[in-house]
Amino acid sequence: MSVRAITPDYHGDFKDTEDKYHGQRLLGLSWDHNGLYTNPFCIPVAPDMPFAALADQVIPKLFGPHPDFSGIDWSKVTWYRGATAFTPDRAKTLDENGIKHKALIRFALPSPGPFARSLGVAA
Amino acid sequence: MSATEELKPVKKLNLKENYSLLTRGLGWEPTYHTKAAVYPMMAFEGIKIHDWDKWEDPFRLTMDAYWKYQGEKERKLYAIIDAFQQNNGQFQVTDARYVQALKVFINGVTELEYLSHRGFCILSREFEGVGPRIAAQMQSIDELRHAQTQIHAISQYNKYFTGMSCFPYQFDHAWYLSIPKSFFEDAVSSGPFEFITAISFAFEYVLTNLVFMPWMSGAAFNGDMATVSFGFSAQSDEARHMTLGIEVIKFLLEQDPDNLPIVQRWIDKWFWRGYRLLTLLAAMMDYMLPKRVMSWSEAWEIYFEQNGGALFVDLARYGVRMPKYWEVTVKEKGLVSHQLWSTFYQLRHAVAFPVWLPSDDEMDWMSAKYPDTFDKYFRPKYTYWKELEAAGTPYIVDTLPVLCQTCQWPTLFAEPDDPMQTCHRESVYKGETFHFCSDGCKDIFDYEPEKYVHAWMPVQQILQGNCFLPGVDPTAPDFNPLVEALKYMGIKPGIDGGDFATCQDARNWEEWTKRAASMYEAMATPPVATAAE
Repeated sequence: MSVRAITPDYHGDFKDTEDKYHGQRLLGLSWDHNGLYTNPFCIPVAPDMPFAALADQVIPKLFGPHPDFSGIDWSKVTWYRGATAFTPDRAKTLDENGIKHKALIRFALPSPGPFARSLGVAA
Repeated sequence: MSATEELKPVKKLNLKENYSLLTRGLGWEPTYHTKAAVYPMMAFEGIKIHDWDKWEDPFRLTMDAYWKYQGEKERKLYAIIDAFQQNNGQFQVTDARYVQALKVFINGVTELEYLSHRGFCILSREFEGVGPRIAAQMQSIDELRHAQTQIHAISQYNKYFTGMSCFPYQFDHAWYLSIPKSFFEDAVSSGPFEFITAISFAFEYVLTNLVFMPWMSGAAFNGDMATVSFGFSAQSDEARHMTLGIEVIKFLLEQDPDNLPIVQRWIDKWFWRGYRLLTLLAAMMDYMLPKRVMSWSEAWEIYFEQNGGALFVDLARYGVRMPKYWEVTVKEKGLVSHQLWSTFYQLRHAVAFPVWLPSDDEMDWMSAKYPDTFDKYFRPKYTYWKELEAAGTPYIVDTLPVLCQTCQWPTLFAEPDDPMQTCHRESVYKGETFHFCSDGCKDIFDYEPEKYVHAWMPVQQILQGNCFLPGVDPTAPDFNPLVEALKYMGIKPGIDGGDFATCQDARNWEEWTKRAASMYEAMATPPVATAAE
C-alpha cells in the first residue's frame, strides 16, 4: 500500500539524495557486539576512497579507543554490507566495492574480545 | 398580550436542552455548497461515516460551562504559581539535576501541547459532524492552555537556570528535538481521522498515563509544586481527552466494518511511534529525577501491560487486536532508558542539557529495579566510564549517529533477543537506502515511503552543510559543519550540555543554596564557615 493524501499522487521530495553532499556520500559504520558504542556512526566519504583507506585510517579513528580494537585479527573479521556478508577488495574504491550512498557497513569478530565480554557481551 | 404575560420570565431551559442547543444546535445544513465541498478532508483516508448523530459527545460540556470551569482552575493554579515564586520555590526542589529534567520538558514537551492545539484546531474545522467539531475545539483550547501554564510555571526556573530561554527555537533546531517534533508533525500532516486516532486514542488514551502519573508524582516527590500544580490543573482536561480517544475508536468501528483495517493500522503505527517517543520519558524517570517514584519498567508494566492489556481485551469485540510489536516493548522495558542515557552521555557535548553518570547509590537502585539487565549490561559500562573520568581521559564520541528515518532517534536500540547487538533494519526505496531502529519503524516507512523520504533528518542536514547561522559562509575553507550546527541549534559549549559536575547550573546552585548540586554527591566546593556562624 502507499500513502493516502488529499493531493493525488503525492510524493515528498527526497531530502537526502547523493547529489546534496558536495561530491561525497553518506556511510554508516558499525561494529557488531562491541558492547561500548551505543549507535552506528554516520560519516561523509568520497566514493573513490580505497577500501584500504577506510579500513586503515577511518575505522581506527572511530573505533580505536575501544580496548579490544588493537587486538582484532582482521583476517578473521566478517564484513557486512547491509544485511549481506561480503569480502571487500582493499585495493578497490568504496564505490567499486558496492558501497553506495547511505550504505551501512558492519564488521563482526568471530568471538567478542575480552573488553566486550567484560561489558556483558555473551562469549 | 397583557402586561402580566409580558413580565412572566421565559422558562429556563433544562440542562439537556441547553446542552443540545449549545453543541449540535450550532450546526447547520449547507444549502449553496455540497457537504463534500464544505468538508473536503472527510473522504480521502477511506473512512466511512454514515451517521454523525451516532457520535456520543464525550465531554458533556457546553462552551459557557467550559469557560467557567477552566477559569476557576486557572485562578487556583496561578495563586500557587505566585506563592511558588514568592517563596523561591525553584531552590526548594531536590537538587540542580532535577532542574535539568524540567529543561528537557520545556524544550521538548511543551511544544507538543502547542502542536496538539494546532492539530485539534484544524479538526474543529474539518470534521463534518458537529459533536466532534465542538469536542475538538475544546481540546484545542485545552492544549493551548497547557502550553501556556507550563511556560508560566517554568518561567520562574528560567530566571535562575540556563537553557530554557529559547525553547521554541531549540524545539525547531536541536537535533534530538526533531524526535518529538517529527512525531507530532507526522500526525498533524495526516488526515483528520488519522490525527484523532493517533493523538486522542493511541497517545492520550493508551500512553498518556505514563506521562501524567509517574512524571507528576515525580515532580511532587522532588518538591516541585509549580509543576505538580500545572499537572493537576491539566489532569481533569486529560480525563476528558481520554474519553474522547475511546469514543473516537468506538464511533469509527461502529460506523462501518471497512474502517477496521484502517483504524488497526493507525493503532499499530501510532502506538509504536508514541512508544518510541516515550523513550525520552523513560530516561527522564530513571535518570533525571533524583528521587524516583517508580522505574520505567514498572510504569510500563502497570500502565501498558496491565491497563493497556485490559483495554484491548475490551476492544476485541470490535475486532481490534493489541498493537503490532507490543511484545517487543515488553522485551525492551529493561533496556531502553539505559540505552538512551548511555547515548546522551556519549553525545553530551551535543545536547542542550548536562549529562552525568549515575552515582553508586543510584546504580544500586537500578540493580534492584532491573535485576535482569542493569548489572549485566549497563553497570560495567558506567563503571568503565567513571574510571576514564577519574583518569582525566573521559569517554566522548564526536561522530554523528545513524538516525532512524521514522522515529529519528539514533539507531540505538537492540535486537529484541540480543541486548548487546544494535538492531539494524533498512529498506531500499526507488534506489535509495533508508535506515531504521526497529521492525516497527521500518513497517511505518514501508507503508508510506512517499511521506518519510521527505523527513528533515538532522544528521543528514548537518552533513549537507545546511545548518548554520546567517552570516556564516559554508563555502569557506575553514567551515566546520559540526561546530556551526551546534551554534545553529542554540547549543552553547560550556553552558549547555557537557558534564553536569562542572556546568553553570551546578555551580550556581551550590553558590546560591549552599547545597550539593547532586543530592548523591558531595558539594564541589564545600561552604566555608564564617566567623559569625
